[in-house]
Amino acid sequence: MTQLALVIDLNVCVGCHACVTSCKQWNTSGTAGSLVDINPYAAEPNGTFFNRVQTFEVGEFPNTQTVHFPKSCLHCEDPPCVPVCPTGASYKRAADGIVLVDYDKCIGCKYCSWACPYGARELDEERKVMTKCTLCVDRVTDTTLPTSERKPACVLACPSNARLFGDIHDPESSVSRAIAERGGYQLMPEWGTSPSNHYLPRRKTEIRIHAEDLERVDNPLKIDGQLPEHAHRDPGREDFAT
Amino acid sequence: MQPAFSVIFLTTLIGAAQGLFLALYGTELVGLGGLSEADSQRFLVNGSAVALVMSALGLVASFFHLGHPERAWRSAAMWRTSWLSREVIALPLFMLGLFIYAGSHALGRGNTQIVGAATALACIALFVCTAMIYASVRFLQEWASPLTLINYLLLGCASGLMLATLLAALSGLSTLIQPYALATTVLTLLAWITRSASLHRNARLKPKSTLQSAIGIKHPRIVQKAQGFMGGSFNTREFFHGQSPKLLLTVKWGFLLLVFPLPLLCMSLGVIAASKEMLFAAFAMQYLGLLAERWFFFAQANHPQNLYYQNIS
Repeated sequence: MTQLALVIDLNVCVGCHACVTSCKQWNTSGTAGSLVDINPYAAEPNGTFFNRVQTFEVGEFPNTQTVHFPKSCLHCEDPPCVPVCPTGASYKRAADGIVLVDYDKCIGCKYCSWACPYGARELDEERKVMTKCTLCVDRVTDTTLPTSERKPACVLACPSNARLFGDIHDPESSVSRAIAERGGYQLMPEWGTSPSNHYLPRRKTEIRIHAEDLERVDNPLKIDGQLPEHAHRDPGREDFAT
Repeated sequence: MQPAFSVIFLTTLIGAAQGLFLALYGTELVGLGGLSEADSQRFLVNGSAVALVMSALGLVASFFHLGHPERAWRSAAMWRTSWLSREVIALPLFMLGLFIYAGSHALGRGNTQIVGAATALACIALFVCTAMIYASVRFLQEWASPLTLINYLLLGCASGLMLATLLAALSGLSTLIQPYALATTVLTLLAWITRSASLHRNARLKPKSTLQSAIGIKHPRIVQKAQGFMGGSFNTREFFHGQSPKLLLTVKWGFLLLVFPLPLLCMSLGVIAASKEMLFAAFAMQYLGLLAERWFFFAQANHPQNLYYQNIS
């Protein structure tokens, strides 16, 4: 069974909000739209977004890290928002695991938003129906698009490639490999919702310097009068895969 | 959570209506007060009609909660999984039962006990459905407790019995007033204990989710620097009550006084002085207190999504 999902790399997200704006643009113009904007250019602007980038500071100065944290619907494998819906407007697609809202059935009771611990759902104040990230279902299933473009708008927009998209149930997919190899994790695992979207943790960036990087090896004529160098016994550059 | 007045009125109105009906049906079953046939018929018909009107008002209030009230009929569809859907079925069933019960008494049919039993079943089912809507949302730990169900049941019965006492006084059925007042006292005291127990429990709750589990970073010191937008959104409107802790405290002590000791005192004085005005004041005071109680019930619930919205920027 397929479970489409996003894998978000917190190590390279720069917090530019390109995923936020591209999401808003695509979805307000597509089948999920239009997403309301109340007072967009006046005091107290307000509106519906499917995706947000938040910023957290971790640690105490001077040992701090600024973590940019994109958050959208996590398309849980066991979505708590679906069974509570009284009309069946909220549903999870069997074919690809995307959690969607049928806007024609939604009565706008907001109960599903109470049942989502992540705050992924937003009531559209103009259309009075619950809205949420569709994982750009109208893009990813559109066979008229070239395969490389059958991805959510946020994934295509990300300039640092922090957003990966694919089937997390396929162990060979790039997202599954990223989760397995880089310690991909889920948000709020304590609730047992099993979110499909995963996050890749920050990594420590370090440079590895070998002895041969510091010593001059191309000195065949010994013009500086130094003795020939001893052979390196430590593993050198070429002994490392990186 | 942001308290929703539509739901506050819905739950308090139907709670009182359900309590009133159970009091009426109990009266019929036990033959309380030794009423004459005519008195009993008149009282049960009038009482059921009051319960029906209150349920209808509650139903009307609930429509104000919906973004698309014209699609409300759809909400009976998912009764297999959704407590909200079950409530949507139970409430009209209870109202239908009330209507038939009142009608059977008015027409002098002999089947009132069976109709009453079926209506009582719908009434209990409605109590369970209404409470489980809240108790089943496990993310709102303040609600996710059997105490929620017990409180809805006991508070509904207490205010319904208080109303029954008032109606008995208004109908001039003095033999009913004392037993009703006694039952009101017992149920109000029981509700006082269970509601205090839930306040006690909620004051000691440890949130299951933390900022650490919310963003998956295991560091003791994490501070939000930006929530991603400067204006408001559904997330900042729906899940925050936006009131000061002081107001919350005032409402808490307000409802603890208005729902339990003051109406009981007022009712006792009303029974002793045989004063309809005092009994009316007791019911009105308790209903007002219940509105405050329901408001506090919402405001106290702390949703885990709030972890993501702690700082605008």
